[in-house]
Amino acid sequence: MSQQASAQASYRHPAEPEDRPLVIGKYEFASRLFVGTGKYATYAQMVEALDASGTDCVTVAVRRLDLDAPKGEGLLDHLDRDRFKLLPNTAGCFTANDAVRAARLGRELGFSDLVKLEVLGDSKTLLPDAIGTLEAAKTLVGEDFTVLCYTSDDPILAKRLEDVGVAAVMPAGSPIGSGQGILNALNLRFILESISVPVLIDAGVGSAADVATCMELGADGVLLNTAIAGAKDPIRMARAMKLGWQAGRESWLSGRIARKDYATASSPTAGLISGTASPHGASIPGE
Amino acid sequence: MTREPEQLEITINGRAREFSHAMLLVELLVELGLPTESGIAVERNQLIVPKSEYAHTRLESGDILEIVTLVGGG
Repeated sequence: MSQQASAQASYRHPAEPEDRPLVIGKYEFASRLFVGTGKYATYAQMVEALDASGTDCVTVAVRRLDLDAPKGEGLLDHLDRDRFKLLPNTAGCFTANDAVRAARLGRELGFSDLVKLEVLGDSKTLLPDAIGTLEAAKTLVGEDFTVLCYTSDDPILAKRLEDVGVAAVMPAGSPIGSGQGILNALNLRFILESISVPVLIDAGVGSAADVATCMELGADGVLLNTAIAGAKDPIRMARAMKLGWQAGRESWLSGRIARKDYATASSPTAGLISGTASPHGASIPGE
Repeated sequence: MTREPEQLEITINGRAREFSHAMLLVELLVELGLPTESGIAVERNQLIVPKSEYAHTRLESGDILEIVTLVGGG
């Protein structure tokens, strides 16, 4: 077995040629792309972008009702709930207690026991508070939530979160909304190697190439919002993201070639016409 | 039997509100023009109030309510 093949075997390269659907807790997902519902110019644009993305799970935020305009048009009027599973988040919470309260309110709204748990540590970077995240995860798992947990790219913390029973671990590729893509692919690979529950890359995606990269690393899915909503043409970008995860997933399942230092000819070396010997007759190692 | 007028001072979504009479949670929701069946969730003094309890929850002065819904987010 080559070095590359054995490295791949240590990841979760499926033995079956057919792909399996993504399963998180008791839920099955046809798409491996989870899409946020924030920051669209209009609800109509959001609906069209979600459609183009092919997603079947969308994140939503829990916020105070505007008591001055309680009857105004809301997000729920625009989401086809037969089509999309709702994943309420705890975005904006900086303590475990606030995140747990937001999660409970989200579940009480009655659409789902799924929660995207985030406990933030700092408003400038929006990086997670590791200790608060672990504490809130433990509480919510104990209350039978299906916890999809936003976390940093720290492999040890990811393992600790799996140990307390989260249904999915969601490391950030780079800071939320930053569009920097994957900054530490090595750490993500360590997480993918050591975690048994699904791993979704959440945050930092800027383009379809980033999504493909995540999937080629062996991620089970990708969660994004700003990269679509903030694109000049969000609907076209949503379509690109769909193609991105599909291409990356197919590429991962195929088992890519090994990286080598030197070229390998694609055309036969036998039957060459005369006078085409290597220009300097140099012998290249590995040739 | 006459009832003493009961002032109700509560905080809703971070704002202090005064009402001239005692109320059940469901009555407050109606008064505020809010739905009582779906689309909202209510927390009273940091504890969830299940929908089935809206009609049985008597509000008390000093109560802190959070009334939330779902909005767009990542």
